[in-house]
Amino acid sequence: MKNRFFAGMAPVAALSLSLFASSALADVTIGVTISSTGPGAALGIPLKNSVELWPTEVGGEKLKVIVLDDAGDPSIATTNARRFVNDDKVDVMVGSALTPASIAVAGVAAESNTPHLGCSPVPPNISKGKWTFIMPQDAGLIAKNLFAKMKADGVKTVGYIGFSDSYGDLWMGQFKAIGEQYGLKVIADERYARPDTSVSGQVLKLVAARPDAVFVGASGTGAALPQIGLRERGFTGKIYQTHGAVTFDFLRIAGKAADNTIFASGPAMAPEALPDTAETKPEGMAYVTAYEKKFGPGTRTQFGPHINDAMAILKKAIPIALKKAKPGTPEFRAALRDAIETGGPFAASQGVFNFKADDHLGLDDRAVVLFTAKNGKFEITK
Amino acid sequence: MIATFLIQDGVTNGAIYALLGLALVLLFSVTRVIFIPQGEFVAYGALTLALLDGGKVPATISLLVCFGAIAFLFDLWSMRRGADARTFLRSVALNLVLPGAIYGITVMLAPLGLPSVAKALLTILIITPMGAYVYRIAYRPLADASVLVLLIASVGVHLAMMGLGLVFFGAEGLRANPLADDNFNIGSLMVSAQSLCIYGATITIIIGLYLFFERTLLGKALRATAVNRLGARLVGVRTHLTGVTAFTLAAAIGAVSGVLIGPITTIYYDTGFLIGLKGFVAAIIGGLASFPITAIAAIGVGLVESFSSFFASSYKEVIVFGLIIPVLIWLSLSHGFHEEE
Repeated sequence: MKNRFFAGMAPVAALSLSLFASSALADVTIGVTISSTGPGAALGIPLKNSVELWPTEVGGEKLKVIVLDDAGDPSIATTNARRFVNDDKVDVMVGSALTPASIAVAGVAAESNTPHLGCSPVPPNISKGKWTFIMPQDAGLIAKNLFAKMKADGVKTVGYIGFSDSYGDLWMGQFKAIGEQYGLKVIADERYARPDTSVSGQVLKLVAARPDAVFVGASGTGAALPQIGLRERGFTGKIYQTHGAVTFDFLRIAGKAADNTIFASGPAMAPEALPDTAETKPEGMAYVTAYEKKFGPGTRTQFGPHINDAMAILKKAIPIALKKAKPGTPEFRAALRDAIETGGPFAASQGVFNFKADDHLGLDDRAVVLFTAKNGKFEITK
Repeated sequence: MIATFLIQDGVTNGAIYALLGLALVLLFSVTRVIFIPQGEFVAYGALTLALLDGGKVPATISLLVCFGAIAFLFDLWSMRRGADARTFLRSVALNLVLPGAIYGITVMLAPLGLPSVAKALLTILIITPMGAYVYRIAYRPLADASVLVLLIASVGVHLAMMGLGLVFFGAEGLRANPLADDNFNIGSLMVSAQSLCIYGATITIIIGLYLFFERTLLGKALRATAVNRLGARLVGVRTHLTGVTAFTLAAAIGAVSGVLIGPITTIYYDTGFLIGLKGFVAAIIGGLASFPITAIAAIGVGLVESFSSFFASSYKEVIVFGLIIPVLIWLSLSHGFHEEE
């Protein structure tokens, strides 16, 4: 009795499944995994907000966007990515906001042959992956510009303080790799963690080493802690901050202590101040205007534009791939990957992406601007 | 010269850890709860103060009202088999009227630009009742469970409170204005008024706890519950009342710590956990039983932390949390093995 019931149900189930499958085939499906909770929430929330600004269709195809939270945890990011690939049959994956989670997504992308646009910096062995493309500026590119500025400012000895994680190691690695070319010598290497309540010990050691300048390898408001500590202990030399620290929250927390600090940043933080000839201006203005209209003035961040840029690339690449295959098929995913790799240059808000087979970072000096903090504002510096 | 700075920094942080450690020992000895979310009260306190500083109405008050409402529903459920009017009215007053009144006061006072001491007091007033509600919601139904079950409940409460913190305060950090802005020079040493506030508050709370436990009936009832829960009940101590008292005290101590630490560092919604863990290291060294050893150990943790951040900053956390291992070995060797419960 029971068996006959199931036997009767099976064709119905199969029919409904195939109905669903064919309706899904018509759309381009994008899987986004982002850390909107957990330690990466400050980075992930603007990314998640930016997804809401995406268009509903591209090249005449409806976009089906699935957003999941990975809490910055690589194992959750892996689960999310596998769900995208196996259950949702996505055509492209986007995310995550933190490096370890992005590495996890890249792994699934490589084994399932799915294009992947990463929204955090990753180590070189990951960005060499065939299916992974990276949106944020690579540490090497930022370091090159900041180091050149330090050389121009006459800095010879540098005190380094950074996060005691891969972000902190990333910047110390840049000093070891190319610091010497710019005549920079690191004479102190200190580490702290974002939730630390005090960096007095590290700051005292930095001040005692008497460097010409201090380089802070930290992100978000966490980068303000050594900034304030150094000024409290009477350090008068220049302080340099990475693009991870360029947020209005940083200026709010650091207050007067932030004055005259040099920041590297992507152009999307201040598209208004760019010359009209800049390729990044149209996308940047459009994104910032739309974002601040929806989430309030002064809410723009360094991180949100990466989501906008992923869409800027897809807007050009999806129509190219659609000519070759139908969405939802392995052929479409391969065509989309090729279109991203060869369809450039893509002018976006944080830079102009021009990917090549051996370069999945794709950015050049147009993706970096330098800011000086003055009276609670970021001003563009030469 | 550098050493004096480091000692000062270590003692300041250690004083905060001491407050947390004391709250943990207090809770464990009275209710057998290892209260992981103690740090969340610190973060809530610091963030509430920072929002009040910005002239904003802190979201914590809506949270307080929600907690009160949930606690009231729990009370209603336990009264479903009939209850007298007095119990009902007391529940209404404690769970609905009190948070409502605090809500009203805060909405009225927040935009006025109060002096910083008033803001600090308001913050403590907002956070303190949360302790009672957390007890009512999460722990009172489990009052007779084993230590392990209570610990698992603590992990749950910690995750819930941290998530709520993210929703209500956002992901970015906040920093409050100091209670007092002055700096004093004692010899070559610069002492900020804020750190003097921290020392003063810690010492006051330690003395206050001592007097409370030694001199008041309620304090003695708490000690009696700590020594023998069943025995205390037999001689007429209401053990639920001691539970509520212990949690309210712990929340108040957490709020005070938050008010003290908010101005000296940037606090995030998830910072409390790490601060709480360092208080926990001190409480473990005190065997989760001794108040004076916990306080001294907390100062020690602060000093170790500040010196290791100078000499080996990359290994700071390893060194601080590594402290716990020899202590655990020593404790287990000197006491022999106990079966759990």
